[in-house]
Amino acid sequence: MRTLRLKKCIVGMSVALGLAGALTACGATAPAATPTSNSGASQLSGTVTVFAAASLKATFTQLAKDFEAKNPGTKVTLSFAGSSDLVTQISQGAPADVFASADTKNMTKLADAKLLDGTATNFATNVLEIAVPPSNPASISSLADLAKPGVKVVTCASQVPCGAATETVEKASGITLSPVSEESSVTDVLGKVTSGEADAGLVYVTDVKGAGDKVMGVPFPESDAAVNTYPIATVSSSQNKELAVAFIASVTSEAGKKVLGDAGFGAP
Amino acid sequence: MKTATGYQGIPRWIYAVAAVGGLLVVLPLVAMLAKVNWPQFVPLITSESSLAALGLSLRTSAASTVLCIVLGIPLALVLARGEFPGQRLLRAFVLLPLVLPPVVGGIALLYTFGRQGLLGKSLEAAGIQIAFSTTAVVLAQTFVALPFLVVSLEGALRSAGNRYEAVAATLGARPTTVLRRVTLPLVLPGLASGAVLSFARSLGEFGATLTFAGSLEGVTRTLPLEIYLQRETDADAAVALSLVLVAVAVAVVGLSYGARRSSTPAEVRP
Amino acid sequence: MTFELQASLRSRNFEMSLSLKDGETVAILGPNGAGKSTLLGVIAGLLRPDSGSARIGDKELFNLDGGTHLWSPPHLRGTALLAQEALLFPHLNALDNVAFGPRSAGASTAAARETAHHWLEEVDAANLAKRKPAQLSGGQAQRVAVARALAAEPELLLLDEPMAALDIHAAPLLRRVLKRVLQDRKAIIVTHDVLDAYMLADRVIVVEKGHITEVGATRQVLERPRSHFAAGLAGLNLVTGTITEDGITTPDGRVFAGHHDSGWSPSPGQAGVAAFPPSSVSVFLGDVHGSPRNSFPVTITDLEPHGDQIRVRAGDSAQALSADITPAASADLGLVPGMDVRFVVKSALVSVYPA
Repeated sequence: MRTLRLKKCIVGMSVALGLAGALTACGATAPAATPTSNSGASQLSGTVTVFAAASLKATFTQLAKDFEAKNPGTKVTLSFAGSSDLVTQISQGAPADVFASADTKNMTKLADAKLLDGTATNFATNVLEIAVPPSNPASISSLADLAKPGVKVVTCASQVPCGAATETVEKASGITLSPVSEESSVTDVLGKVTSGEADAGLVYVTDVKGAGDKVMGVPFPESDAAVNTYPIATVSSSQNKELAVAFIASVTSEAGKKVLGDAGFGAP
Repeated sequence: MKTATGYQGIPRWIYAVAAVGGLLVVLPLVAMLAKVNWPQFVPLITSESSLAALGLSLRTSAASTVLCIVLGIPLALVLARGEFPGQRLLRAFVLLPLVLPPVVGGIALLYTFGRQGLLGKSLEAAGIQIAFSTTAVVLAQTFVALPFLVVSLEGALRSAGNRYEAVAATLGARPTTVLRRVTLPLVLPGLASGAVLSFARSLGEFGATLTFAGSLEGVTRTLPLEIYLQRETDADAAVALSLVLVAVAVAVVGLSYGARRSSTPAEVRP
Repeated sequence: MTFELQASLRSRNFEMSLSLKDGETVAILGPNGAGKSTLLGVIAGLLRPDSGSARIGDKELFNLDGGTHLWSPPHLRGTALLAQEALLFPHLNALDNVAFGPRSAGASTAAARETAHHWLEEVDAANLAKRKPAQLSGGQAQRVAVARALAAEPELLLLDEPMAALDIHAAPLLRRVLKRVLQDRKAIIVTHDVLDAYMLADRVIVVEKGHITEVGATRQVLERPRSHFAAGLAGLNLVTGTITEDGITTPDGRVFAGHHDSGWSPSPGQAGVAAFPPSSVSVFLGDVHGSPRNSFPVTITDLEPHGDQIRVRAGDSAQALSADITPAASADLGLVPGMDVRFVVKSALVSVYPA
């Protein structure tokens, strides 16, 4: 396995032109987790690196803290970015133990590249919600309101998950939106709404919750047409699979579900 | 121009370090070139959305370059030749976008021209909406590109000095005539390279546009925004478009250097 | 239409007043930093004095006295400036450079070019019309610059050492051209060269340390200099002192015998100067026979070639004297700096006149 890892490093290096990431991956000998038994959680030690979708930032930061508290001697390193960015990084040799994606598509990409250990587990769902400025200047109360003339709606571009979901909802409901802007991230959509530039934006429930009182959420029944599923899995090159599995278990546990639920995520 | 026999006074090891510096810039471009999906290249860059983005980028960059010239010439003149309190402060502020993250520029523009912004409120009342329009893209590009023109032109104005202007004035030319017939022709190479740099910077503008103008095909989604978006799903398209952007930038910068070189001899006095 | 100026600029210790009659050309002579270029800058409107006024005929150029703040910008003054460097606009050919003034005055392109042709011919540069400044030699460029200045039809032409940057072959031609075009023209020419003053100027003004030290007709100033600077330009030794019956006595007691100007009856005790050419001075070693007058012990400070002679300099700067002797004589005497010798001045060549 050592030799295999080394070979991958060389490949990674030549691809990444000796970028720092690849060097780290090769140079750092992972803190040797010497598993003697896997009976008790208290036996766990070492560091687990979790690559998670940006929309999981708040919840996973909390989950990691809980995990470290419950398992002294462990450390959870988190890296947040867009799911497709993370897939690119992992396939370039970034040292991830766990990958949590905001959609099944990107998880499938990693599975197809044989970079997953076992199969992915779905741990949360998310649906769209309308975000409006707290004053709701355009008096939005339903999806149909967004199609009214003069209403400035901002959505995600169809290339990104929230945009794909928006398209699905549009098709299912028969309501066609003409957005003034199609952003490439949820943050940009929310930015346009919080700054008052847009009257409404279509984002996920969790994004509305995460934005606090800067925006107001308007749920709509048509959102059922596009339920987004979050899968999580161990990365095949993980140096500490035991810890990775344990972390995934903590995410899918009742306590984990509670944290996710509080943030607006649904159960899979 | 340069004689091979002339003493250059450069230590040999400097070449080695220079080569590393050169590679740092060139190698990533080569790496990108290696990643291009050549069989699909033409279809990728001629897709409807790609052409719309390229066209929009060229149009808005041209517009913002014109705006940079119109606003930048007076700015450079008062900075290089004028004398007034707060001159140094003005220069510092004009140059600020050079060091500012473009996103910050976008946010600042938003609070100026946005619906709730400083000027935006009055503009909105007058029926003018800037946010989410192509105008917003041009404004964002001008904001980040203006310093390039001002810096380049101010340098040219300073090194030209104002002796020609003094002579022209004693020959009876009004200040406006001096500006038109003497100053501007004298600094034309500096103005041209400044304009080219502004165009190139406008072409590459991303952060401020994304924050301030939004992203809609044919209206506000310029080439960099299109690349950023394509990257989410179609890496090949992103790489192909990146190459187009690099090619346009190289052509523009190359043109500027060519123009500067050919115009230099006119200034050389025997 | 006379030109009158009175101006002071404290930061440069500058205070001058002068006037020019119609058609008069005045040469400004003076050492570096004496304020010659400052004077031209003030007249042209490129430099603002603290106080003073200037006018050409009825037209006020500036008036900063008595609470008034009239300051006419350079382009309204009609005072074209020709500098040491031609400063031709590099992007225009010779013809369009010359046409610049007429065009600025509102003439059409065609009319302005016609005027320009005329002036290029005046300065013997008609064949250079199509050339760009980079293709002109220094002398050619300066002639075109003269044409350009004249084409602007200035009421007062200002020339700031126009010959200084030219090589010795180009200067004579330009000097001839200037002599022709400055005839009957109001002009002020700053120069280092006594030849320019002789050939071009009706009157000479010597300035030193921001102030005018000597004014007069060119011949008079150069032949009867009263300032060391003018004497240096004219190539004369100048000694100041007190007039006596047959010459002057210097403050350190040396006696210079000479002849007084005819038509001037000297009153002994009056301040005066004695001027004589270095060629009237001989050099001897040791004691000399004959009249002790006009014979002075000196220490050689410098030897330098001067034409086909050797110029021997002696004494400190205030009372410095020069002698011109043949190289053969210099070799015979074995002269070297630091040597003590005796200068003997032929009294027949010493002019004595009031200071």
